[in-house]
Amino acid sequence: MSKISSLADLRKKREELQTGMDIRTRALNPENIVQVKVAMATCGIASGSKTIMEFFLEQLDRRNIEGVVTQTGCMGYCYAEPTIEVKLPGQDPVVFGFVDLKRADQIIEKYIKTGELVDGIIPVNYQTIDLKE
Amino acid sequence: MKALSLNILDITQNSLRAGADEICISISESVAADSYCIKIKDNGSGIPVDILKSITDPFVTTRTTRNIGMGLPLFKYHTELTGGKLQINSVEGKGTEVTANLSFSHFDRQPLGDIVGVLIILIAANPAVDFIYTHVTDHGEYTFSTRETKEYLGVNTLYERGLLEDLAGMIAVNLMEIEVTGVVYKEIV
Repeated sequence: MSKISSLADLRKKREELQTGMDIRTRALNPENIVQVKVAMATCGIASGSKTIMEFFLEQLDRRNIEGVVTQTGCMGYCYAEPTIEVKLPGQDPVVFGFVDLKRADQIIEKYIKTGELVDGIIPVNYQTIDLKE
Repeated sequence: MKALSLNILDITQNSLRAGADEICISISESVAADSYCIKIKDNGSGIPVDILKSITDPFVTTRTTRNIGMGLPLFKYHTELTGGKLQINSVEGKGTEVTANLSFSHFDRQPLGDIVGVLIILIAANPAVDFIYTHVTDHGEYTFSTRETKEYLGVNTLYERGLLEDLAGMIAVNLMEIEVTGVVYKEIV
């Protein structure tokens, strides 16, 4: 495949792929899909949250999981960065700390796929980040 | 923070928290003029005058989850290490502009790093925000705008299977074209 170097190339490729392409409607019903929030404040970035976010962006699609990856500010667990919050449909969110690539993989394979808890959970009297602000 | 792109990602978080819906990131580098200038401009809520004076003090922050804020102080530190200067202009209600003038050739100037990855993260996580990225070098200029891209492709969001990867490839190819320095490129298939 030739390299895409301009918006015109991009549009051309999309038109070729258009038939049968799975266009996502993530934003419409985020309650029904897996939500992953990566803490992306100074503490998180300095500890490698960028790598973790890229991993989730790539792997959720690759492993065919209906999910949306987004970012949030510091949740106050700077000591445990990178931290992520995972919300499975219909469940309370869970915060995981010290997330490296190995743990991120476990979180997808075990927690997101089967609901089995893995190491690194930060126990909180849970308030969602939105409410906390 | 080992790369300037991470500092950019961090400072952009401030803009997002200030409710900005248009963020311009521009970098202009010149070997000839020995300059490396990074500008991040938003249309967020701006910074009140009394806080602006002490904004680069790590113990000044408006957040409530913890009482220190290291973003701007770190960026200032990395700028001043190269003999450069960080400037913050802000008008309450209008927006904020952070400008870092670094020395291109200074030993302590960090490389840019994975700027493409940073842009992709920002685009994916903030579909409602317009990002405009401009990079100027001695060899040319490249601008990427999410709004323009959305309009051109006729889509509402760029967070779509496959599209993010194609965008990353497109930005990377264009940055290589104008010979941007210090960028780590992911493997482009």
